[in-house]
Amino acid sequence: MRMRGVLVRLRACAFGLLLLVGCASQPAIDSTEPPARAAFDAALIARGAQLAAIGNCKDCHTASAGKPYAGGRPLKTQFGTIYATNITPDAETGIGRWSEAAFRRAMHEGVDRQGRHLYPVFPYDHMTKVTDDDVKAIYAFVMTREPVRAETPPNRMLFPFNMRALVGGWKHFFFERGRFQPDSAQSTEWNRGAYLAEGLAHCGACHTPRNLLGAEKKSRAFAGGEAENWHAPALDAAAPAPVPWTAEQLYRYLRSGLDDVHDIAAGPMAGVTHNLASVSERDVRAIAVYIASLATEPTLARRKRSEDILAYAKRAQTSSAAAPRAAAADAPQSQSGAAIYAGACAMCHDNGRAISSAGALNLALSTAVTSPTPGNLIRIIVQGIEPREGERGRWMPAFAGALTAEQLADLTAYLRSEFGMAPAWRNVDAEVRKVMRGKE
Amino acid sequence: MVTLSVNGRMQQVDAAPDTPLLYVLRDHLQLNGAKYGCGLGQCGSCTVMVDGQAVLSCVTPVSVVQNRRIKTVEGLGTVADPGPMQRAFIEEQAAQCGFCIPGMMMRAQALLERNASPSQAEIRSHMNQNLCRCGTHMRILRAIERAAAAFKTGGGR
Amino acid sequence: MSGIVAAGISRRSFLAGAGALVVSFSLLPRLASAQGEGGSAAAKTPALPESLRGAPLLDSWIRIEADGRITVFTGKVEFGQGIKTALIQIAAEELVVEPQRINLITADTSLTPNEGYTAGSQSMQNSGTAILNAAAQVRVILVELAAARLNIPAGELMVQNGAVRAAGGRALTYGELVTAQALHVSARPESVLRDAASHSVIGRPLARVDIPAKVCGEVIYVQDLRLPGMVHARVVRPPSYGARLRALDTSLVERTPGFLKVVRDGDFIAVIAEREYQAIAAARVLAKAASWDEQTKLPEQAALDSYVRGLPSQDTVILGAASAPDFGAGAIAANYFRPYQMHASIGPSCAVGLWRDEGLTIWTHSQGVYPLRKAIAEMLRAPEERVHCIHMEGAGCYGHNSADDAGADAALIASAFPGRPVRVHWMREDEHAWEPYGCAMVSSARAQLDTSGNIADWQYEVWSNTHSTRPGRAGNLAAATQLQTPFTPPPPEAIPQPAGGGDRNAIPYYKFGNARVVHHFIPTMPLRVSALRSLGAYMNVFSIESFMDELAKTAAADPVDFRLRHLEDPRARAVVTTAAERFGWAAYRRQQGRGRGFAFARYKNLAAYTAVACEAEVDRESGRLRLMRAVAAVDSGEAVNPDGIRNQIEGGIIQSLSWTLYEAVTFDTMRITSTDWGTYPILRFASVPDSIEVNVISRPGAPFLGTGEAAQGPTAAALANALADATGVRIRELPFTSARVKAAIGI
Repeated sequence: MRMRGVLVRLRACAFGLLLLVGCASQPAIDSTEPPARAAFDAALIARGAQLAAIGNCKDCHTASAGKPYAGGRPLKTQFGTIYATNITPDAETGIGRWSEAAFRRAMHEGVDRQGRHLYPVFPYDHMTKVTDDDVKAIYAFVMTREPVRAETPPNRMLFPFNMRALVGGWKHFFFERGRFQPDSAQSTEWNRGAYLAEGLAHCGACHTPRNLLGAEKKSRAFAGGEAENWHAPALDAAAPAPVPWTAEQLYRYLRSGLDDVHDIAAGPMAGVTHNLASVSERDVRAIAVYIASLATEPTLARRKRSEDILAYAKRAQTSSAAAPRAAAADAPQSQSGAAIYAGACAMCHDNGRAISSAGALNLALSTAVTSPTPGNLIRIIVQGIEPREGERGRWMPAFAGALTAEQLADLTAYLRSEFGMAPAWRNVDAEVRKVMRGKE
Repeated sequence: MVTLSVNGRMQQVDAAPDTPLLYVLRDHLQLNGAKYGCGLGQCGSCTVMVDGQAVLSCVTPVSVVQNRRIKTVEGLGTVADPGPMQRAFIEEQAAQCGFCIPGMMMRAQALLERNASPSQAEIRSHMNQNLCRCGTHMRILRAIERAAAAFKTGGGR
Repeated sequence: MSGIVAAGISRRSFLAGAGALVVSFSLLPRLASAQGEGGSAAAKTPALPESLRGAPLLDSWIRIEADGRITVFTGKVEFGQGIKTALIQIAAEELVVEPQRINLITADTSLTPNEGYTAGSQSMQNSGTAILNAAAQVRVILVELAAARLNIPAGELMVQNGAVRAAGGRALTYGELVTAQALHVSARPESVLRDAASHSVIGRPLARVDIPAKVCGEVIYVQDLRLPGMVHARVVRPPSYGARLRALDTSLVERTPGFLKVVRDGDFIAVIAEREYQAIAAARVLAKAASWDEQTKLPEQAALDSYVRGLPSQDTVILGAASAPDFGAGAIAANYFRPYQMHASIGPSCAVGLWRDEGLTIWTHSQGVYPLRKAIAEMLRAPEERVHCIHMEGAGCYGHNSADDAGADAALIASAFPGRPVRVHWMREDEHAWEPYGCAMVSSARAQLDTSGNIADWQYEVWSNTHSTRPGRAGNLAAATQLQTPFTPPPPEAIPQPAGGGDRNAIPYYKFGNARVVHHFIPTMPLRVSALRSLGAYMNVFSIESFMDELAKTAAADPVDFRLRHLEDPRARAVVTTAAERFGWAAYRRQQGRGRGFAFARYKNLAAYTAVACEAEVDRESGRLRLMRAVAAVDSGEAVNPDGIRNQIEGGIIQSLSWTLYEAVTFDTMRITSTDWGTYPILRFASVPDSIEVNVISRPGAPFLGTGEAAQGPTAAALANALADATGVRIRELPFTSARVKAAIGI
């Protein structure tokens, strides 16, 4: 409580500062007639489609059950709820009257056609790195979507964040304008990956921790962040995956959402991998190479541990008598968790999935149990993992309703000690309550 | 020994704690309503209610439902005296092979006990977990709407 | 007794009790597994109605007890299609009793007639027509008995509510009439049927008799059967076709709780335990203790269409000239493809077996208890009389799924564990991986229009495996092929026209100037295949009706008008115009991203007429295709239970929608990889259309026409046509996954 009060005051001071340096707006750029499809080269549109998929544009700019790119999706932040805008070329409610220059300014400077600052929930701190050529292709793609008439609901920002001028101040402190600069010491592929990951793909928007004012902490790039209540794991040396990622595994994962020795993509990452499935192999490989390079070469100890885990998982697949990993704990909580694991999880995760088909991930390989926070693990247990309508994919049932809060906490703690072999999480009960509330 | 409250009756069952509830219901308690469809929690044929919520009994170990209220389709009524949900399914002739139907009814029951006026979209989204292979979906949806009307006037048993 | 011939024909002794009136038809043998799918049996006694021709020795159809109870026997089985209710309605109508008074007994090798398989949408045509005639003739006998007893001419008597009445209030109930003696009579060629205009039970939507018990959790399905002392078994199936068991260590499984026995015969392994979950747990242990040598090389899935076309085939011209016509430069051509698709029953197969006193009883949800008995007897090398198969319902099967295989498993395991009933239930992954699929098919259509835009020349070719590997022979049972002394599957056979198998509905129902149709029958079966609801008709109707739209487009004709221009049969025209009118075809205004589609077929060209009009919506960005609404018109002859027909057509539309949008069995070079609902997605509530309307056109007095499979083909084609209308893009490969649609419509 006390901590919270301090935070509020700190923020209030900060905003005063922001207002001082912020400027209200920039000049409007003239509106144009919505361009016809014929105005764009087909190859340019096709390139734009791939870039838009890398940029994950659709996921934010589409409401659930809404038309693609027609906006309306509520994006909850600690400063209020912002509704993603309609970026279809509808003249009245979309961006049909935006010239390419206006679109480029939005991407590079976070300012809309009329000259208003955009909230940084639109990651222009990354989009600013995108080349003019690529922006041109994305513009061609976006402007050739089906125009959809859909008013974006007004944002519901908390005071004082409803004052757009504040954003000008925010930019002054936290927004660094400018295109991507390649590192000549690195390979062309690495640089391509860095350009995409740092720019359009805006990986850091989730995987980098943010400061009190919602800006990425540049000094801690890729140290792990948050996305829609999910923990986005660190991609740097602190990456929690039991088995360090190789570029090849990352490539498979990014394109399919699946890799044999790592968790399936869940939460917001599921949408990212779904979009990357349509992107060229070359670009996804480049991203994988760059991301894999963020984590330094694993230490000998880490490699040894990883080999042990892989050997254990392999044994469990073929042997019925796989020994428990940790010494059996006597605590009643651990016993309860073990019984739940045995009845609800083991039939897929441990014994190989039932009699004659491939198994689900052995939880010793799971990043969710080795993460610094229990949230992802709890969310996966409660919500399950379902393939998209009509598409093939791994399927884990949701255990909401089946498990009480106490049982869920027991199971989470058990999985952490048994498979994560890591110190107990301290905030399990609170996280369980949070996830269960969200579900109701 | 595990103590279970099933359809309002307390019962003692001699089953290993990791046994999925489905097999305890079918094999120990001789209840037919919950069906084995996939054993993977994907199809919903095994759906029962636990403390008012729809639960997949094939992946729920019996240890976690001790001393919680379990309800199966047998708890909704009988052929001689069907409950509102069962009456609605009979009146709409909402079955072909019928194998998925008890699971459908239990999931719908859980919804209507919480909200007796769901929209069509809410019903569809709530029922999305359960699979039907005969293609009886339109009738199932109508039956749930019919049951909702009965819940509003007379309660859901 | 004029016209009734007393005959001492074969009949079960227990039916011969005093006070029972039995009308029997002595009928000719009808065998061959292929005929189960609707192959035409030879007309050997043309004087009898079609359903009573060429069938095997049938015992008794109808029995009336002294207390007036009526029992009707059918060799057909219920699997959710509502056949029990419809047959009761038919019997009640002709016997003039309330339907509630009739008890219907379905397939049981010691009780009911042998009607082969319940398949091919033939139950109403066969069993329905048989019971209609049998009941009518029983009624006539009862009236004549009453006439003799009351000494009043039969013509002055009337039948009402289970009694024969004379003017002045004198009446004799059926029970009273049959107390005097048991009658043994065979059917006459003609029956005196009640006037269709006066039907009061037929034509009414009678509530299904099986639904109350199903929604209340009664014992209905074989999965629910619990016999005293029953134990549970699970089979550990090989990881791939033809895999051989290299080693099996049973030491661990023997120590699992409740363990009773491991049954092994060659590559067939199973474990028996006291409790069901103990059997599952034991089977998991056993599965890990088995090592296999795998060998099968499956075809490349990505190139399945060219693979299928490249296999050696036996070619039959089923319509038209021996050689292909000359197509000019203006000819239009298209190829279509359908992948392997599965029945994917929602409840995996199950059977209970009991070996006792040197005899075996199998409770099964097989579609054919007699053929299964024959196959099991062959597998066990036992005389058929020692095997008794009793049908109980299972989950919907939609054709030949694993039900018979589970029966064979139960037979093998029960005979290795005598004295106690053994229940065998397949696991989901085994049902997915081992059921016989609907086969992959390729078709090729070519046509030329005349100057007035009508079809002058038409050629259609279809490549397909067999569509029936049903038992009758042990080699068609999965387990029998894995034994130490294995049975080999009999060579596959094509199902002959007019019903056809791969070429079912390959002959268009339209009238063209010149038409030629070729069936390329492919004996090689890389994946296990058999009958899936509607067999080849799904693919052929999808192809023909898609092509009709392509031709209509070339002719700049409205798709419905174009069909009517080539359609002569007035009943066909009636379903087409009804579906179009009810849909609002003429006044349709296309909205962005949406389109309408139409298709028609007469199932097997001899069963129900079905037309489907639909509207679909395409999300251009994702390629997701959604059926918004469908309007169907169906003519099944005289509609016995209109709601039953509606239920079948609604269900058929939704199931076909699922096949058409999503379904394809996947495999790598060795194994089937569609092993659960995540790897074989089917339709869920989120994609169910907003509405489905089914218009039943009843033809009182007209023969019953099979309906159960009639919606599969037209739905697929109507959807394909709506997709083309919405996007301008024609997709000829099934299924219409989002990825495929997106790839076709472009960015």
